[in-house]
Amino acid sequence: MGMTLAEKILARASGRARVSPHEIVVANVDLAMSHENADLVRKSFAEIGVPRVWDPSKIVIIFDHRIPAESEKTATTHKAVREFVAAQGIAHFYDVGRGGICHQVLAERGHVKPGMVVVGTDSHTTTHGAFGAFATGIGATEMAGVWAEGTLWFKVPSTIRIEVDGEFHEWISAKDLILYIIGKLGVAGADYRAVEFDGSAIRRMTIASRMVLANLSMEMGAKAAFTPVPEIGPDPGAVYERVLHIDAGRDLAEPQIACPHSVDHVKPLSALGALPVHQCVLGSCTNGRLEDLEVAARVVAGRSVHPRTRLIVIPASQLVYRDAMRLGYLETLMAAGAIINPPGCGPCVGVHQGILAAGEVCVSSTNRNFIGRMGSKDSFVYLASPAVVAASAVAGELAHPQAICSPEVSHA
Amino acid sequence: MPDAPLILHGRVCAVLGENIDTDIIYPGRYLNITDRAQTAEHLFELAYPSIRRDLQPGDFVVASKNFGCGSSREQAATALKFAGAGAVLAASFARIFYRNAINLGLPAVVSPQAFSHCAPGDELEIDLTGGSVHNVTHNIVFPAAPLDPRAVELLQAGGLIPYLKRKHAGVA
Repeated sequence: MGMTLAEKILARASGRARVSPHEIVVANVDLAMSHENADLVRKSFAEIGVPRVWDPSKIVIIFDHRIPAESEKTATTHKAVREFVAAQGIAHFYDVGRGGICHQVLAERGHVKPGMVVVGTDSHTTTHGAFGAFATGIGATEMAGVWAEGTLWFKVPSTIRIEVDGEFHEWISAKDLILYIIGKLGVAGADYRAVEFDGSAIRRMTIASRMVLANLSMEMGAKAAFTPVPEIGPDPGAVYERVLHIDAGRDLAEPQIACPHSVDHVKPLSALGALPVHQCVLGSCTNGRLEDLEVAARVVAGRSVHPRTRLIVIPASQLVYRDAMRLGYLETLMAAGAIINPPGCGPCVGVHQGILAAGEVCVSSTNRNFIGRMGSKDSFVYLASPAVVAASAVAGELAHPQAICSPEVSHA
Repeated sequence: MPDAPLILHGRVCAVLGENIDTDIIYPGRYLNITDRAQTAEHLFELAYPSIRRDLQPGDFVVASKNFGCGSSREQAATALKFAGAGAVLAASFARIFYRNAINLGLPAVVSPQAFSHCAPGDELEIDLTGGSVHNVTHNIVFPAAPLDPRAVELLQAGGLIPYLKRKHAGVA
């Protein structure tokens, strides 16, 4: 009997010939990532009483949630982490201006390899399944244990396999696909489970788009999510808890929107009535990559952001920022009236750089629309693809990119 | 330090619904608070501020499915613990929250019936290893998943950090 990819990686990491779902294993961790919450990890680590981290070369720390520091309190935690990093000899440290959003930086700087066990003190660590890694989020205290011992226990997850074939319609993207799937399975639909994506439509996707699928699988509870890589895959005859088949052309006729205040509250765009929009956000570990900025620039080119709306664009990393600058996307976006935030989490986590007031509506390419996620508990976040975010910014209301772009432009 | 008890007595402080996410439990704007005791001040601040006022030491929070979904922020569990919650009972937990709670020494008890068998103010007796909950107020007993031995070990030690501290002190 074959193993799924999650089983295969956990078997290797725990020194076993094979493992089965629901078994508890103790796995060696290959990579341990933290952002600013490294300050919490550091404090717990100090309490354990082990003087040195288990392997400084396997720890990566990337500031992204509050950069540059928005308050003295944050500045103090940043400083404490910098001092810890220096004292422990942690070389893979990405400070303000040297990285960007942790999941983007971890990927683009080549820290993740197929078959690795990656843990991060951020729930969207599942993103790295796009590189064939078993990657999952953990809490700060648990990370302190990893820093001390280099191991972590896991319950081997069962796996849901999702096969996607068919051709995507114009303007329909990986974001629409994963929102559609979350809408079908529910916010706990993959809880404690791994997800394997495959199929011809997935294999045609860019790596950036595959990262969207692995990233947002967390929003249905997934412990890990994988898209195919050449180096490692499930065995033939692997046993799945369930297998879903999706035809991108048939099932995704139009953009998908996750309505407040739950990521599984998903509707096709046409099912929503006129919805005036006050803020549009293009960014985050979900959708702040170069291809996201490219499609947004294409939608807004030669047009203006609607007077009632502000468009906030956050390149996912310094590299994405520079590429988007060089390729003219930022010029186009700014000419339309967008403001460009520094690479980081920005308003997605509700801290700074675009907080919503009571009664305001935001269409966002980010990953969560919970109550108060982006500011006031009485604000409303609709999650959508980068193309829909850009179109809505121009229209001043939730809009299909097709309605904004003339056929000549849209087929260019 | 004596081991933490495995039978808990307390009062139900709040009964919540499904998918209580970590932003509801602990808003993202306070994530730069790294002093654990201070996190308690912001428990349920945006959505259910009255819980923080009503919660007495040892009280239980009861919920339906998927409690703690969303972010990996440990402050969600930390704030509950430092506000004095004795345990959280839910029909199910999101996995990161569950691990965080146990690692912090906060019992997270899986009980599909708790939501329908508990009301605010009810007195409960929870047997963490026996797998049962006695609602003393209404004199009904309903099942809960017994905690697995690994979780029991961590809870009895007071959480992962005291557990590891003990372990590494023993090695030295």
